[in-house]
Amino acid sequence: MALAGSYSAMGGCTFMIKRAMADSDPNAVSEQHRVIPRREVPLVPPDAIASRALVTVIAIMTFLASLTAGAAIMVNGVSRDWRQDVSREMTIQVKPTAGRNIDQDLRKAEELARETTGVAEVRSFSKAESEKLLEPWLGAGLELGELPVPRMIVLRLSVDTPLDAAQLRASLARLAPGAILDDHKLWIERLGTMSQTMVLVAVVIFFLVLIAMALAVAFATRGAMAGSREVINVLHFVGARDSYIARQFQRHFLLLGLRGGVIGALAAVGAFILASLLSTRWMANFGGDQLEALFGTFSLGAAGYVSTAVIAVAVAVLTGLTSRSVVFRHLQGLE
Amino acid sequence: MVRFNNVGLRYGMGPEVLRDLTFSIEPQSFQFLTGPSGAGKTTLLRLILLSLQPTRGFIRLFGKDAATLEKDEITALRRRIGVVFQDFRLLDHLTTYENVALPLRVQGRDEASYRAEVIELLGWVGLGERMHALPSVLSGGEKQRAAIARALIVRPELLLADEPTGNVDPSLARRLLRLFLELHRSGTSVVIATHDLGLMDQFDGARRLVLGDGRLHIYD
Ligand SMILES: Nc1ncnc2c1ncn2[C@@H]1O[C@H](COP(=O)(O)OP(=O)(O)O)[C@@H](O)[C@H]1O
Ligand SMILES: [Mg+2]
Repeated sequence: MALAGSYSAMGGCTFMIKRAMADSDPNAVSEQHRVIPRREVPLVPPDAIASRALVTVIAIMTFLASLTAGAAIMVNGVSRDWRQDVSREMTIQVKPTAGRNIDQDLRKAEELARETTGVAEVRSFSKAESEKLLEPWLGAGLELGELPVPRMIVLRLSVDTPLDAAQLRASLARLAPGAILDDHKLWIERLGTMSQTMVLVAVVIFFLVLIAMALAVAFATRGAMAGSREVINVLHFVGARDSYIARQFQRHFLLLGLRGGVIGALAAVGAFILASLLSTRWMANFGGDQLEALFGTFSLGAAGYVSTAVIAVAVAVLTGLTSRSVVFRHLQGLE
Repeated sequence: MVRFNNVGLRYGMGPEVLRDLTFSIEPQSFQFLTGPSGAGKTTLLRLILLSLQPTRGFIRLFGKDAATLEKDEITALRRRIGVVFQDFRLLDHLTTYENVALPLRVQGRDEASYRAEVIELLGWVGLGERMHALPSVLSGGEKQRAAIARALIVRPELLLADEPTGNVDPSLARRLLRLFLELHRSGTSVVIATHDLGLMDQFDGARRLVLGDGRLHIYD
């Protein structure tokens, strides 16, 4: 129902109002057809300085949260790879025992291992190779001939058939008492526990960062509400519901959150890429093998990038929801 | 439409600004609310607007007891009332057009559905040229007319205007008064708070509510 129509219906009042005001502005009628090009301006008054500060805080928090998540994903991945590699291998250690021929025991153990189902490959280290393995600890050039050096057999396990470690262990005890099977179980468990602990710590840090961010947003919202007291008053007088006003603030902060989230996430992705480039360079230059062994290749993979994007969006949503609840509580407190 | 019964109001621990007000505003009526500055005209309008609670007495608004209204009911009532504040209360970051359209916008209406209406009204109050200007660059008279247009855009059943001619020259004041009279004839109840005797003399027949010493005297 157009104003003009309804006023006309009420006795041609359109015309009368027009006449009442006509002498004030002769151009009034021609103005009626001008188009309004401007898109809807937000009702929350823009506050450039406060907005920029909040965007910065949100960006930093997103960056930290993304790094934490990335680190957790990387630790988890590396530890899984390690455990997988290690669990595809077992070793048999043959200790020199008084009264037994170590070479005989070694051959016996090797034979047993070959006959066991689930073993894909058996490789035993010769005496020279074993001594070489000890070199880093004992130093080169040492005459080891007289020392009783333990000998190693490495079993590479087949991927599809499982190996019955208990049975192999029992047969070894019976036929080659000097040989001990090590399935690395303890080591794998420790590694798993350690990486789980690191991931747990990362998760805790992640949530602390998010809580800190929500608090920052809550304070910023309260500041904005205080600064917009007059605007809120006017909105109430012209017939705006609390929910409508809350939506305006929510939209305002959602946009700020989105901006901060995207900036922080991009910075985090940049940091990941940089780390991966640097690590590649280090590896090329010196001792890279060890770095790589420790950290994989620093590449996050799709999971890392997806999680960073998810964090950015979640941060924006969290920002919007936080400010909405703060606004609602504030409005409830009025009047 | 509006009924006051023995209403009294004090701000905080101060003296009673309004005392024993008993009166009503009928549908399609026209009245001046007058009295010296500080007599309580603005305070009385705020009571009608439900932005103040009386310290004693009863107020009924559109048949409802003002003391027991839910927030949503207050909002619904305010949508039937147009207000022109003494200090305009335009939003500084919105253009004239956006300020005038505000009451429709907060109802969740689509901009396309009211654009023509708002532009037409702006033309009528002589602000067609100033549609895209921000309040900071409007003159006092232009702000006044923008504030009036914002009050009229919802076609209110009750129009409250606080010193609507306080900032304009006499000839514009006359035109604005004519606008309020036309509005009254189209069916709206109008309450104009003013201490401008000259303005009231131009419309002798109007009812006068005169505030003095916190009490109300009515001259029909
Ligand atoms: N918010 C307020 N707090 C305390 N006193 C107020 C407030 N508003 C108005 N007053 C006092 O109430 C009296 C009436 O004010 P007001 O209604 O503004 O009068 P008028 O509009 O007729 O000039 C004045 O004495 C004024 O000082
Ligand atoms: Mg006043």
